Amino acid sequence: MDGRTPFAGTALQKAVFPNKLLPYLLLAPQVAITIVFFYWPASQALYQSMLKEDPFGLKSQFVGLRNFAQVLGDPDYLNSVKVTIVFSVSTAVLAMALALFLATAAEKVVRGKGFYRTMLIWPYAVAPAVAGLLWLFMFNPSMGTFAYLLRSAGYRWNPLLDGDQAMLLVVVAAAWKQISYNFLFFVAALQSVPRSLIEAAAIDGASSTKRFWTIVFPLIAPTTFFLLVVNTVYAFFDTFGIIDAVTGGGPAQATQTLVYKVYNDGFVNLDLGGSAAQSVILMAIVIALTAVQFRYVEKRVHYA
Amino acid sequence: MAKIELTDVRKVYPGNVEAVKGVSLSIPDGSFVVLVGPSGCGKSTLLRMVAGLESISSGTVEIGERVVNELEPAERDIAMVFQNYALYPHMSVRGNLQYGLKNRKMASDEIARRVDAAAKMLEIGPLLDRKPGQLSGGQRQRVAMGRALVREPAAFLFDEPLSNLDAKLRVQMRAEIRRLQRRLGTTSLYVTHDQLEAMTLADKLVVLNSGRIEQVGSPMDVYEKPASLFVATFIGSPAMNLLPVGEGGVPGVSASDHLLSPGGRPQILGVRPEHMRLVAETDATQPGDAIFELTVNGVEVVGAESFVYGGLPQGGPEVAVRVAGYSHLEPGTQVRAATSHDAFHRFDRESGRRIVVA
Ligand SMILES: Nc1ncnc2c1ncn2[C@@H]1O[C@H](COP(=O)(O)OP(=O)(O)OP(=O)(O)O)[C@@H](O)[C@H]1O
Ligand SMILES: [Mg+2]
Repeated sequence: MDGRTPFAGTALQKAVFPNKLLPYLLLAPQVAITIVFFYWPASQALYQSMLKEDPFGLKSQFVGLRNFAQVLGDPDYLNSVKVTIVFSVSTAVLAMALALFLATAAEKVVRGKGFYRTMLIWPYAVAPAVAGLLWLFMFNPSMGTFAYLLRSAGYRWNPLLDGDQAMLLVVVAAAWKQISYNFLFFVAALQSVPRSLIEAAAIDGASSTKRFWTIVFPLIAPTTFFLLVVNTVYAFFDTFGIIDAVTGGGPAQATQTLVYKVYNDGFVNLDLGGSAAQSVILMAIVIALTAVQFRYVEKRVHYA
Repeated sequence: MAKIELTDVRKVYPGNVEAVKGVSLSIPDGSFVVLVGPSGCGKSTLLRMVAGLESISSGTVEIGERVVNELEPAERDIAMVFQNYALYPHMSVRGNLQYGLKNRKMASDEIARRVDAAAKMLEIGPLLDRKPGQLSGGQRQRVAMGRALVREPAAFLFDEPLSNLDAKLRVQMRAEIRRLQRRLGTTSLYVTHDQLEAMTLADKLVVLNSGRIEQVGSPMDVYEKPASLFVATFIGSPAMNLLPVGEGGVPGVSASDHLLSPGGRPQILGVRPEHMRLVAETDATQPGDAIFELTVNGVEVVGAESFVYGGLPQGGPEVAVRVAGYSHLEPGTQVRAATSHDAFHRFDRESGRRIVVA
């Protein structure tokens, strides 16, 4: 069984309800929630994206796809796309790579395993904005401890002026928060790799590095794939708080991701139509991204 | 091809669990040695120390002429077959077979030659492109064997390789393993808790009991001259009948005084069920036979033979008697069983060791 569909082999039972209404009643709460919290806002965004409001929000006018044309033609927007790609890829890769490294290290810990794991899981309980502030304080050019150390080591550290440094800071802060979550999943995945496989590979002459890449890594691929999807979505959507706290999208829009720009254009610059058009594009991007991930990446994943 | 030599090998697990308590054993080049013992007696631990998967607390393990205590598993020139097969689930059968060869940077035509030879020998040729998940238990077992074969190692190590198979397949694979080993002449160390498997496979049988060797010998030696009560009851099914000998002999058993006299130290007499026979009241028993007066408790019919279980008049342990064919004895029937003098084994009641009668 290739296990692509979790229930392959177990034919799902078809429930038969005597009452015609009951099934709909049972489904209603779920459907209501989806409609209220997803379809309704999504359709509102779609509707808004075709309107243009005057600056006072008194009247609006239907403009068709003009908002989209404007957004896609805006160099600031294209910059934001680039920023988002750099930010998301770096955050996901960094968060996953570090978590995997820590999880493999945790496997080797003999004493105090539980303590070590607990300590590594804590950061997940920290709210994004708080995590951002934490890193901001540590690396604030004027009062941060680490900023001070960096500067005394002769490094010109100023994320308030240097876009690359600002990006580095938000990436590290965003990744730091996600490491715990990834760590938990990787620890569980590593534990599910049978020890005898690794022993067999050791007898088969594979070094520990080789064992990791040829046996362990392929076997935890389903988890890695799952985390890839989760981390990408996280980097896209859940990092607003961190960016807002650390850089506010600056300097000079160097850390302005798509989500941040939606907020900035909509709520700060009050361009609701443009902001809504951006939301719609964002939605399309995420749907496409997830589809691509499932279509291409998952094919290469082996489910034991 | 190599001999394996264990000298006073010990294993202490963290928490001061002494799993192996000083084992010395020599496995001649090309021989098939089987380690047998009850669950938890340290068989796997011993095997894994030879494989290099477990550190050796003290003593030495030599493979060939080398002391391998400090060598990595890969450097010991051994191959192992695991109980759960430990096949790499994401690789094809071919991938599984050639993994160890590729790691050793073997030329690809040599790899192909060996894989094909092993596939032919084990009749898994048509399965080479499948994943382990698409194989039956027996086929997986063959692939696991194949992975060990292609390496052409100095020694094979087996840890209960057949215990996940059904009874029929187990018997078939047992014969096959034996045939392959004979043909290749590779030194083999085989762990099992199944005494039947142990008896049929071994050139040399090693009975292990809580981390110590109880007896080493050919299967027939071990069966016919068990060195201790432990071996006597562990090897053979149903187990050897044991009779404690008291001051007045064994109640319900009549025999010459010589047999039943304790001879100074308290003893236990043992006799295998197949060395006993039911005799009719009128039968003339051989001179020197011991006669048991039994009340039948039950009968176990195996097919070609049956075992009659009976109790002695004064209580005490149940006695099993083998009879050929189908027995119709009803529980409660009084029967008489006889056994010849020289079928008895004697054990010291305190130490449990065999007493050699001069
Ligand atoms: N990693 C370990 N840590 C502590 N004790 C262990 C460890 N592995 C095994 N033991 C103990 O060592 C003893 C021998 O274990 P071992 O696995 O060698 O038994 P075995 O003879 O192979 O049994 P089985 O037939 O059930 O496989 C047991 O008492 C077991 O509890
Ligand atoms: Mg074992």
